[in-house]
Amino acid sequence: MRHAHSGPLKQAGEGALLALTGVNTHIGHYHILQGVDFAVAQGGFTMLLGRNGAGKTTCLRTIMGMWRASAGRIIFDGADIAGEETPAVARRGIGYVPEAMGIFAGLSVAENLTLAARDGPIDTSRLEWIFGFFPALKKFWNLPAGNLSGGQKQMLAVARAIIEPRKLLLIDEPTKGLAPAIIGHMIEAFRELKRTDTTILLVEQNFNFARALGDTVAVMDSGRIIHTGAMADLAGDPGLQQQLLGLSLDAHQ
Amino acid sequence: MSATKTSAAPRDPGIDKIPLALIPLVALVALPLIPSLPTWVTLTVAGLAMGMMIFIMASGLTLVFGLMDVMNFAHGAFITIGAFVATSVLIPLARWSDADSLWMNLAAMLPAILAAMAVAGALGWFFERVIIKPVYGQHLKQILITMGGLIVAEQLIHVIWGPDIIALPKPMTLRGSFILGDIAIGKYRIAAVVVGLAVFAAMFLVLNRTRVGLLIRAGVEDGEMVEALGYRIRRVFIGVFIAGSALAGLGGVMWALYQETVSSAMGMQVMILIFIVIIIGGLGSVGGCFIGALLVGLVANYVGFLAPKVALGSNILLMVLILLWRPQGLYPVAKR
Ligand SMILES: Nc1ncnc2c1ncn2[C@@H]1O[C@H](COP(=O)(O)OP(=O)(O)OP(=O)(O)O)[C@@H](O)[C@H]1O
Ligand SMILES: [Mg+2]
Repeated sequence: MRHAHSGPLKQAGEGALLALTGVNTHIGHYHILQGVDFAVAQGGFTMLLGRNGAGKTTCLRTIMGMWRASAGRIIFDGADIAGEETPAVARRGIGYVPEAMGIFAGLSVAENLTLAARDGPIDTSRLEWIFGFFPALKKFWNLPAGNLSGGQKQMLAVARAIIEPRKLLLIDEPTKGLAPAIIGHMIEAFRELKRTDTTILLVEQNFNFARALGDTVAVMDSGRIIHTGAMADLAGDPGLQQQLLGLSLDAHQ
Repeated sequence: MSATKTSAAPRDPGIDKIPLALIPLVALVALPLIPSLPTWVTLTVAGLAMGMMIFIMASGLTLVFGLMDVMNFAHGAFITIGAFVATSVLIPLARWSDADSLWMNLAAMLPAILAAMAVAGALGWFFERVIIKPVYGQHLKQILITMGGLIVAEQLIHVIWGPDIIALPKPMTLRGSFILGDIAIGKYRIAAVVVGLAVFAAMFLVLNRTRVGLLIRAGVEDGEMVEALGYRIRRVFIGVFIAGSALAGLGGVMWALYQETVSSAMGMQVMILIFIVIIIGGLGSVGGCFIGALLVGLVANYVGFLAPKVALGSNILLMVLILLWRPQGLYPVAKR
C-alpha cells in the first residue's frame, strides 16, 4: 500500500469521523475486502475511487452493516460499529444512497421523504432548502417515485439521505447513467451540501465529478486501499491517475 | 432545474384500472350463460361473498411474502384453528346464537370471533419466532418446515377437538335469504361482503394513511433500504405476520359458518384457492389480492353452477390466463 504525500488521511483515525482498520468482507465464498484501511475526516468531502469491481460498493455496504465484516474495526464517531445491524448503524446518523438508488417506486416523492424523516414530521425549512437545489422534487411531490426520470430519482435518493441532518453521508455513484447536464446540476447540489457541516464519503467513477467536489481521495483496487491523499494532488498528476485508475482525463469527459 | 427541463414531465398514472374492470367483465360474460337472471344475481352475490372471505384469509399471506419473501404453507393452520376456537366458544353459547335476536347473536359471535383472532394471532407469533425465523431467506427449508408445521397443527387439532367434522350452524339472524321478487340473496353472504369490505377499507387506510403502512409498503418493495433508513424491518414483519394470522382466523370462522361445518382439513382445502388468489393478484399486493379473490369467488360460483366438476380447474385456468397476460400478476410489486 502506498500513501501519497502528506494529508489529512495520513494518520488514519486522527480527528476522523469514520475510520476503517483491517476490514475484511466475505460474500459467500468470495473474499472481497481484503484489509481495508482508511479514514474520513470530520466535515470533509472524501472521494472513494477505483476501477469496476474494486470493492467500493462492498465497502459502503460493509460500513452500513449490509455485509458483515469478517475482521477489522469500523470506528464511527468513537464507537466500533462493525457487527451492528443496519438500522442501528443508520440511527447513529449515517445517511446512505445506494448504487441502485433504492427509491420506493410505488411510494410518492412525499412518502419517500416522509419515511426517511424518522424523527417526526419533515422540517419545512429544510425541505425548502432541498427544493432550492432539487426543484423537481417540489414539482412532482405527489407523483409515484417510479415515474420520475433517472436524474430525478437520483435527486430523491440524495434528498432522502439529507432530509434530516446526518453526521455522515455514504453516497454510491450518484452520477451513474445520468446525462452531462444533470451531472452538472448534481455538482451544484453537492456544493451546496458541502457548505453544511455534513461529512461525505462518495464513491465515483466520473473523475471530473470527483475532482470538482473532493477534498481528499482514497483509491481502491482488488479489495484494498492503494492510495490516499489530497484530491488536488491526484487531480494534478495525470500519470498517477493513469496508474491508479487506468484512465486519462480526456477519455473520461 | 436542468433536470426538469431536459426530461419530459412524468404524469401521475393513478391506479391501474384494467384489473378492476375484470370483475364486471367476468360477471357480464357469465350473464348470458346462466339460464335466469335471479340465478345469476344469487351466484354473483355468492361469488362476491366467497371472494371477500378468501381475501380476508389471503391478505396476510401476500404481505408476509412481500415483506420477507417467506412462503408460509402453514397459513392454512391459522384458518383451521380460528374456526375450531370459534366453535368451542359458540357451542356453549348455542342458545344465544340460535335466539331470534340480533343482539343475542352478536353476544355469541363477538367473543367467538375475538377468541379466534386472538388464538390465531398468538399462534402466528409463536410460529414466526420458532419456525420461520430460523429459515429467513432459505426458500426450500421454508417450504419443508412450514409444510411440517401444517401437519403438526392438523394433528394437534385432532388431539384437541377430535377427528370428526363438527356442525356449526349460522347465527339465527343470518340464516335464510332476503327475497326480492324472484331473487333470493343469502343473508349470510351479505354479511360476509360487508365484513370483507370493512377489512379491505381498514387495510387500505392503514397502508396508505399511517406511518406503519408506509413502512409496510416500502418494505414490500425493498426491505434492505427500509433498514438503511433506520427501521427494523423484522419488527414490522412480525407485526404483519401476527395481524395476518389473526385475519386468517377471522376468515376461518367466516368460512366455517358459511359451510356450517368445521373440519381439520378445511384450512388445507382453501389454501389452494388462497395461493391462486395471491399469485393472480401479484405477490405482496393487497389490492391485487382483493381483486384476485373476487375473481376467483365469482368464477368458482359460476362454473360451480354450470359445470360443477371443473370448478377448481376453472380457477387454475383463470390463473394461467392472467399470468399469460401479466406474468407478475394483476398488480406487480416493484421489487429491487
Ligand atoms: N452479491 C455478491 N456476490 C458475489 N460477489 C459479489 C457480490 N457483490 C459484489 N461482488 C464482487 O465483489 C467485487 C467488488 O464488487 P463491488 O460492487 O464492491 O465493486 P465496485 O467497486 O463497487 O464496482 P463498480 O464500480 O462496478 O460499482 C466484484 O468482484 C464483485 O463481482
Ligand atoms: Mg459499485
